[in-house]
Amino acid sequence: MALAVQTKGLTRVFDAKRKFLRRRKPENGEPAGPVTALDGVDLEIRDGELFGLLGPNGAGKTTLIKILCTLLLPTSGEAFVAGYDVTKDPFPIRTKINMVSGGETSGYGLLTTRENIWMFSQFYGVPSKVAKPKIDELLHTFGLWDKRDSKVRVLSSGQRQKMNMIRGFVTDPDILFLDEPTLGLDVNASRVIREYVMNWVRGQKGKTVLLTTHYMMEADDMCDRLAIINNGRILAVDTPGNLKRRLKKDTTFRLEVDPLKDTSPLKGIAGVKNFSETSDGGGSVLKLTFILEEESAVSDIMSEVVRQGSKIHYLHKSEPTLEDVFISMVGRSLE
Amino acid sequence: MSETVSPVAVNLRSVWGRAYVRIVGANREPSWIFFEGLLPLLGIAVYVFIYQAFGARAIATLVADPTLSDTARAAAIAAAQANVNALVGFVVLGGTMTAFWMNVLWSMASQLYWEKEMGNLQLYMMAPMSRMSLLGGMALGGIFMTSVRAVTTLVAGVFVFGVSFQLTDPWMLMAVFFATLVALYGMGMMLASLYLLYGREAWNLSALLEEPVFLASGFYFPVRILGPAVAFAASIIPAALGLDALRQLLFPGFFGGQFWLLSVGLELTILLGLCVLFLVLARLSLGYMETLAKREGRLTSRHQ
Repeated sequence: MALAVQTKGLTRVFDAKRKFLRRRKPENGEPAGPVTALDGVDLEIRDGELFGLLGPNGAGKTTLIKILCTLLLPTSGEAFVAGYDVTKDPFPIRTKINMVSGGETSGYGLLTTRENIWMFSQFYGVPSKVAKPKIDELLHTFGLWDKRDSKVRVLSSGQRQKMNMIRGFVTDPDILFLDEPTLGLDVNASRVIREYVMNWVRGQKGKTVLLTTHYMMEADDMCDRLAIINNGRILAVDTPGNLKRRLKKDTTFRLEVDPLKDTSPLKGIAGVKNFSETSDGGGSVLKLTFILEEESAVSDIMSEVVRQGSKIHYLHKSEPTLEDVFISMVGRSLE
Repeated sequence: MSETVSPVAVNLRSVWGRAYVRIVGANREPSWIFFEGLLPLLGIAVYVFIYQAFGARAIATLVADPTLSDTARAAAIAAAQANVNALVGFVVLGGTMTAFWMNVLWSMASQLYWEKEMGNLQLYMMAPMSRMSLLGGMALGGIFMTSVRAVTTLVAGVFVFGVSFQLTDPWMLMAVFFATLVALYGMGMMLASLYLLYGREAWNLSALLEEPVFLASGFYFPVRILGPAVAFAASIIPAALGLDALRQLLFPGFFGGQFWLLSVGLELTILLGLCVLFLVLARLSLGYMETLAKREGRLTSRHQ
């Protein structure tokens, strides 16, 4: 099967000290030395696939997308999109791709929704007689028809994100990069976008989507295959089902306890493969998810919790989810 | 795209798409007629009144001069009135061209920087159009939008201050005007990439350039008055040469031609040279900026 995207040993290092015309000391929080955003990434995305990329903030997802969109050069390794090398042949790639990011504020507030989308279509050379009816059709599909003649500056963030999605589809790309496209959207807006993306990929031949998302359910529901990325490395690539099956021999336990003084002893308990911890909003309850190689480890976990003077509010054994797969590989949850 | 579109079509549509924002979008709010069309008349009026006051004093001196015959006095007063009219015309013309300079400095040159801050730049950079089409579209839209404002100021200025022109060569006038605009916007296109590299300092750079260029380019007086050295140095800003040539074509008798910088033909030739120079430099700086952006990964991202 033909490959829409292929990377071989793709590496990208950001040298924090090199800033054009601004040789200055790093500010608070800025890394003083080079940062490896991608570290030897090997990836193959097939033509017609809806491929997901899961990873925490700073994992390298956006860097990978920027390289594939010809916005960034790799430090080493190779990347091919639609068969073209991103370094040597960026122009043919650009005719075949588009990208939409979550929380995008692109466009001009003085133009209407319709005009904004039309303007971006012109940068891809779409004739107006093709672009305009297609924009109208997409405005209907995404439930934005009522806002077609509203200036962009009065749109809500959800409406704006729908407009961005239409911008991505109106050029009819062969490969679409979606970087957290439903970030911060309400349930309905997210559902509309998810459904359209799935129908778009599956309803026609030769359309490929690379989707990055924080939402495990979204990745689980939508993607044919997933890659889990952390610290610039691909940890696993498989279908959501197969990834979950990897944990079948493991056991997932969820606990809610009073905040613990120190969670590091939990990691050292025999039989604990990995665990994640999150606090609720007020910080009064600590939520722990354990991936256990040996179910018997749960008694040691409870002993440790009690030893630290904490109370157990909730304990539940569950079927592994994609989130659990992620925790078992990365050692923390995406939330 | 499923269908292949020729690069020429992509680039022409890109120019139109980007120009549309300024041609249609920017004229959508009629408040510009007051703020950008009529308000500049206040700035012009200051210079007009100063020149008229000087002219009135010169005429009063001529009227009171007992050594002049009636014929000589009438001729001298007519010459003084013509020179005052020319000076007032200089100011109105300068005020009109100011609109273009401000647009080049604050809109054209800073545009890529603002596009980055708005989140548009990376979408532009990943589109299959030539980057020169993008800047060309911005320039074309800027020229149109500013021309509407400039014509408003010009017509209002001529009407309010009663300026009369002596148009000698309309074709040459058009050639000089368009060469000035292309050179000005070519400079803006070149500055756009450089401003992007300077990032947040772009605003300060614009502020730094604004006033010195106003003075050195002679927006409200014949630039030759500053001395040949300053005048020639200021000629790198196309507005200086363009204004001088336009004034020569519209007020040919001004002080017997002693304040003109160069001949109109030579000024047009230099302007055409500046057009080519700035457009080539714009292309080179765009290429450099894009390479740097891709290598460093910062320039197309917001707040970097």
